[in-house]
Amino acid sequence: MKKAAKLVALLALLAVVLYPLLWMLATSFKPDNEIVGSVSLWPTEPTGKHYPEGWSAMDVSFSTFFRNSAVIAGLAVLGNCASCLLAAYAFARLRFRGRGLFFAVMIGTLLLPGHVLIVPHYILFNWFGWIDTILPLVVPKMLATEAFFIFLMVQFMRGIPRELDDAARIDGAGPYQLFWRIIVPLARPALVTSAIFSFIWTWNDFLTQLLYLNDLEKITVPVALRNFLDSTGQTSLGPMFAMSVLSLLPVFAFFVAFQRMLVQGINTTGLKG
Amino acid sequence: MPPSVLKHALVKPSTAKPSAASTRPVKKKREGVAGYVFLTPWMLGLMGITAVPMLGSLVLSFTNYDLLSPFTEVQWVGLKNYARMFGNDPHYLHAVRVTLVFGLVAVPLKLGAALGVAVLLNRERRFTGWFRGLFYLPSLLGGSVALALVWRAMWSRDGAFNTLFGLDGPNWINEPDFALGTLVVLGVWQFGAPMVIFLAGLKQIPTELYEAASVDGANKLRSFWHITLPGLSPVIFFNLVLETIHGFQGFTSAYVISGGTGGPIDATLMYTLYLYRTGWSEYQMGYASAMAWVFLVAIAIITAVLFSTGRFWVHYGENS
Repeated sequence: MKKAAKLVALLALLAVVLYPLLWMLATSFKPDNEIVGSVSLWPTEPTGKHYPEGWSAMDVSFSTFFRNSAVIAGLAVLGNCASCLLAAYAFARLRFRGRGLFFAVMIGTLLLPGHVLIVPHYILFNWFGWIDTILPLVVPKMLATEAFFIFLMVQFMRGIPRELDDAARIDGAGPYQLFWRIIVPLARPALVTSAIFSFIWTWNDFLTQLLYLNDLEKITVPVALRNFLDSTGQTSLGPMFAMSVLSLLPVFAFFVAFQRMLVQGINTTGLKG
Repeated sequence: MPPSVLKHALVKPSTAKPSAASTRPVKKKREGVAGYVFLTPWMLGLMGITAVPMLGSLVLSFTNYDLLSPFTEVQWVGLKNYARMFGNDPHYLHAVRVTLVFGLVAVPLKLGAALGVAVLLNRERRFTGWFRGLFYLPSLLGGSVALALVWRAMWSRDGAFNTLFGLDGPNWINEPDFALGTLVVLGVWQFGAPMVIFLAGLKQIPTELYEAASVDGANKLRSFWHITLPGLSPVIFFNLVLETIHGFQGFTSAYVISGGTGGPIDATLMYTLYLYRTGWSEYQMGYASAMAWVFLVAIAIITAVLFSTGRFWVHYGENS
């Protein structure tokens, strides 16, 4: 009996938690006259018209925004994975002067609030002439600035048995061969976790994209969504929600496909989404 | 970078050292060179993207740089920016208050919800994976512009909140007394990420402890107070540090919900939002740099205070 009560409590809480998401989904399919003041999760006369309407609500269609977002997120994933893997290998496996100090500095940058750097970054990238290009959004990722992923990979690499290194060394492998033949193939789970979180964080990122992308042809999905407020006001809730739903779909797809892995990633490393 | 930190970096500082070095000194020299080769991108990033810009912004914080005029016309203003912050900028002090209130209300509520649900879920055998996954979902989606738009609509005059509860309520987003509250609810709604970490922590507490306590006649509440809370304290500490740093940096939802203004009458003017407004609407980059540095120092002090109080209430088991 007590168990049943607990289950009911959890289900009730789950309903509250999921309601905003389901309401957004339902609203995107409701006809205009049904949207305002409606709390139901089921449209009485479902319509898909908000989707094409929203897709072309601005002078530039959402296919451009989605392409821009995908390019930036894709390059961020590649940059993060490659550059952080290199750094993580050095920290986890190689011996060189200053390693302890560098490692401490890297841990220090983990705690650095990113918003502290937006002003000097903007000035720097503005000076480079990088405004309205994707460079300010992807170049830092190629330089291993997301220390979080370095740490995740270092932690993972420490679990790879050192006997493998020793065996390869006896066969004459140097640090570069070790990296390619042993660490890269075995670190794949850590790479996948890093890739997923890089993707989700870059996809959802708003502040830096708002700062650096102004031209309508260049902006990303989150920046475009925000334009719904400026250009159309409260009357176009349907199209706005339709595009909101689409903007969350990639993240949701990753969640469904890799749910276990994401939760595992948080469990083992203390990562948060 | 999202303010993410690894549990081990905070909870177990001793394990965060590079592991034992290779036993083969012959390769030492070659490895030494390779170490720097592999670290090259990171070092470039550390210098170019982190260290130099940080120092640059420290210098700028003593100037009146406005982004538009050339560097040659920049004037040194000494401590004027800092004096202005605490002396004659009511918006600034308001932003500090809004950010502190948000952090002090949203973070404990979020962690409380996370802990409560984690304890409920921990004993539940059926559907645990489903519950855990679905409760976690808002943490992945909640920081997005899309959800902020949903929030804006839900709390409007004929929004879902008023209708659901049959209230003839106002547009809560436009009410100075309640606008920040809607942001707090949005923050608490994303309790899934700390909950998952709590769940992992709960699994580490040996069940024998609970059995021994119940043999000694302890009730559920006492077990929770004397076993669960101390056993979970390193994880609570980790979540507290993480969520506090994260909470103080809130931008996206405040920006979208207030339409970029931080209104009504500055009620949702989170620190970063005011920094953004100062830098990019008023082009006062010198002043914005000073604000960023005060923010950095404040976060550092708050983190240091959390760490120093941690000594009194965080218990590390002998096998951790």
